[in-house]
Amino acid sequence: MNAAPQQDQASRAYAEFVKGVWRENPVFVQVLGMCPSLAVTNSAINALAMGVATTAVLACSSLLISLLGRFVPSQVRISTYVIVIATFVTVVDFTLQALAPGVHKELGAFLALIVVNCLILGRQEAFASKNPAGLAVLDALGMGLGFTLALSCLGAGRELLGNGSLFGLSLFGPHYEPWVVMVLPPGGFLMLGVLLLGFAWFKERRAK
Amino acid sequence: MSDLLWIFVGALVVNNFTLSYFLGLCPFFGVSGQLKTAFRLGLATTFVMLITAIATWALNTFVLERFPYLRLLAFIVVIASAVQFVEMAIKKLSPALFAALGIFLPLITTNCAILGLALFQTSRGYGLAEGVVFALGGGGGLTLALALMASLREDAKLSSVPQLVRGTAFSLLLAGILSMAFMGFAGLLSA
Repeated sequence: MNAAPQQDQASRAYAEFVKGVWRENPVFVQVLGMCPSLAVTNSAINALAMGVATTAVLACSSLLISLLGRFVPSQVRISTYVIVIATFVTVVDFTLQALAPGVHKELGAFLALIVVNCLILGRQEAFASKNPAGLAVLDALGMGLGFTLALSCLGAGRELLGNGSLFGLSLFGPHYEPWVVMVLPPGGFLMLGVLLLGFAWFKERRAK
Repeated sequence: MSDLLWIFVGALVVNNFTLSYFLGLCPFFGVSGQLKTAFRLGLATTFVMLITAIATWALNTFVLERFPYLRLLAFIVVIASAVQFVEMAIKKLSPALFAALGIFLPLITTNCAILGLALFQTSRGYGLAEGVVFALGGGGGLTLALALMASLREDAKLSSVPQLVRGTAFSLLLAGILSMAFMGFAGLLSA
């Protein structure tokens, strides 16, 4: 008797998790949170660290906001979200400083700038505040995973072309002439532009 | 004096907030459809940056010495109040401008260029005068980038772009080329 609703619930949870990875990917489809995705993706390791830090903040904030949801008056909800997010960013900032000082230094101000990542605020407003805690965390983890994957794609592509290496390991040997522009700021815009083009092309082909 | 000048030039073109630090990209792609609106938004953002720079200096000097872990919270609250204040002031002083800016005014709060400004000002240890100059340069640079992008996109409307490329991908490629052009200013600072 109970099997059907339970299955429904499981498949709903699965759908909420998976949508962030591909169908509603925050970077490639929704084009949210672009500032960090371009600024720190000049190497794969930085991109990965940024993705993980953002996912941690997103999951913690979603959990708390979804539990608080009912008690926050709607007039002050945005300020509440921002203060909750800022608190978790401070926690992640200090944690990373203690665990991986090198990466923390590389990310610099952009770690603190997770506060104004519109992806996080967007998920609180659109999902976490209206859904039960379990689903909110799953949604946050899915979105975070999608964000991390997209950032790693960008970072790996830029490091590979601009430096001839991946995660610091040289791949192409000493005769490779690096495209320095790819690790400089213009490379970020160009790489994301080309990836979006690829995405659009892929979608169009599938639609036919 | 020349230090201040270099901070201004550095923030204006060499390390342009939008094109080399990737700060404030949301309005850069969202509001850059029309030159007039883009320019006005740039000015409003610059004004908020100016207030933020002064507030940041005050916070850093008088409060955050003792409570460093409150830094982010304090900045974000100050920025949100500054935007609210600017919104009320514009509404009172010039209802026409208020109507033209619409939703983009409150959205300045989540513009990362402003929090970025406060954080950079802190990490570089700028005082009051340096902070104000940095805010003016950064805001000017942001306005410049917005206006350039808007002009490019207004022009691009008249050219025939393949259907597939239209939209965000096209804007990103434009921004990439614009950013490459700005890389040319890098020589100014090392000279």
